[in-house]
Amino acid sequence: MSELTLTVMRLGFLAVLWLFVIVAVQVIRSDLFGTRVTQRGSSRRGGAGGAPQQGGRQAAPPQQRQRRGAPTKLVVSEGILTGTTVALAGQTITLGRAHDSTIVLDDDYASSRHARIYPDRDGQWIVEDLGSTNGTYLDRTRLTTPTPIPPGAPIRIGKTVIELRK
Amino acid sequence: MSVVTNTTTIGAIELPSRRNTELLLLAFAVVIPIFAYANVGLAIHNELPPGMFAYGAGFAVLAGIAHFVVRRYAKYADPLLLPLATLLNGLGVVLIWRLDQSERLQNLAKRSFGAFSPSAPNQMLYTALAIALFAAVLLILKDHRVLQRFTYISMAGALVLLILPVVPGLGADVFGAKIWISVGGFSIQPGEFAKIVIAIFFAGYLMVKRDALALASRRFMGLYLPRGRDLGPILMIWAMSLLVLVFENDLGTSLLFFGMFVIMLYVATERTSWIVIGLLMSVGGAVVVASFASHVQARVNAWLDPFGCYTTSGACEQVGQSIMSFGSGGVLGAGWGQGNSDLIGFAANSDFIFSTVGEELGLSGVMAFLLIYGLIIERGVRTALAARDPFGKLFAIGLSGAFALQIFVVAGGVMGLIPLTGMTMPFLASGGSSVLANWILIAVLIRISDTARRPAPAPAPSPDSEMTQVVRPS
Repeated sequence: MSELTLTVMRLGFLAVLWLFVIVAVQVIRSDLFGTRVTQRGSSRRGGAGGAPQQGGRQAAPPQQRQRRGAPTKLVVSEGILTGTTVALAGQTITLGRAHDSTIVLDDDYASSRHARIYPDRDGQWIVEDLGSTNGTYLDRTRLTTPTPIPPGAPIRIGKTVIELRK
Repeated sequence: MSVVTNTTTIGAIELPSRRNTELLLLAFAVVIPIFAYANVGLAIHNELPPGMFAYGAGFAVLAGIAHFVVRRYAKYADPLLLPLATLLNGLGVVLIWRLDQSERLQNLAKRSFGAFSPSAPNQMLYTALAIALFAAVLLILKDHRVLQRFTYISMAGALVLLILPVVPGLGADVFGAKIWISVGGFSIQPGEFAKIVIAIFFAGYLMVKRDALALASRRFMGLYLPRGRDLGPILMIWAMSLLVLVFENDLGTSLLFFGMFVIMLYVATERTSWIVIGLLMSVGGAVVVASFASHVQARVNAWLDPFGCYTTSGACEQVGQSIMSFGSGGVLGAGWGQGNSDLIGFAANSDFIFSTVGEELGLSGVMAFLLIYGLIIERGVRTALAARDPFGKLFAIGLSGAFALQIFVVAGGVMGLIPLTGMTMPFLASGGSSVLANWILIAVLIRISDTARRPAPAPAPSPDSEMTQVVRPS
């Protein structure tokens, strides 16, 4: 085999290997757990005509059925799970110590099925205490009935604080 | 703005599952090793290697099966883990096949053992087995939280796996390190599997004891010092890893377990003091053991003066040879099949396989490999961050931490950064246990990331809405 062919193959292989690495890093870049959805929501508010932004790599954004300004994610802002985010996709989110909860709270002050957060038919997010021992607090008040969540209000369960954010 | 008012479509909005991205990368990851295989054949034999398309097709089928299982049973899993592992495994087989072609190694094997048997077919076989095991783990393990129930059983299991190699009659002493057991003609390295089992124990245990370890402490010189009785578990793991070191002569396994425990302890408690304590303990232990275990001493000497070994007859030239092969690779490498890393001779295709990468692909190839490993670790840590349950978080961080430590220890060892420890480069090195265990590890990470990224389960039908539906006239 000629020297030239081997040199070309050698450099070609390195190029292909690095191309793979770069493509993999690109995948990570566009894989940031739904933040892209948030950006679309905010950019759409400025634009007119409701023309969706291009970039079809992601699934259809949930803008069709979401109210404007509705929160798109749930963020744990205090406690052991700080930094955890869960995308709000129109489904009930359960919180508690039970292993099958959406967010498993490892907290002595949490009950096994402590609270749930769900959207009502208008898309407004509601928090409901499920008969917990130590209670669920919205701002400073202990919940007794299912209550709509104002944007940015902290929900406290034991040592954990969660918020809904856009 | 008219689209916003459409409220009738009620259906789960799915997060992108990214399976197609995975498939694309996987196709890429299958083509690269085939390219490498062709390249080795052309460089060594001046012709395309035999059965290139058959092997390539076989490899593609294996990758396809793995992808199908992930698509079917772990739909929301991370899209990168599977392609990265596939690429490394494929390139590993090519590296082993390339070393099988070396006449030097063939002659060496004939002189030492009387016959030469190629390792690449075995590695292919184990890869196929490993993919089957990967699929089985994803099929059986529907939810990683089930493993939490086996916290203490897995501790016992891990201890048994670690002790097995020293059991007389079962353990096999291979070149000084007792890390093998031979069962019915197969030799198995139980330490590779113990790595995963013990991560279950650490995660389950630390989840429960975290508060005691994190909160009950005194502040001293800017460090939170734990209470004496809370030091118990770390002392026990430390003693155990030292026992492994002394009785099995296995620096790598011992370092891996202790390091993994310290990493998980730090993540669970957020206390820097544990890292300081852990480092002090491992340095202290290593110094004490090195002062009387000759096996460890020889490794340290070879590390301090790799080229001095050529003048003494310590049979420790490997590190020097390895460093030279990295050096002669330069930036762009000698090219597949054109290096002389087979001069390392013994263990060229297992412990020292990374030297072949260094010589034939050069610095740029080594960097690409390390980045690929780094990406696997990054995806593991990302999975841990995204997991919504503390057990899953700790488990994922433990597995990726162990993986990272292993890479560091092996790559550092062959490059002369730290003393050589005799562990295997995950996915690259020849050896069935390593391939099987690492594919299980990837399967578990994929399962945890699937749970972490899966959108919240469908809402339970609430009584209010049902009542509304009954009342509404149709």
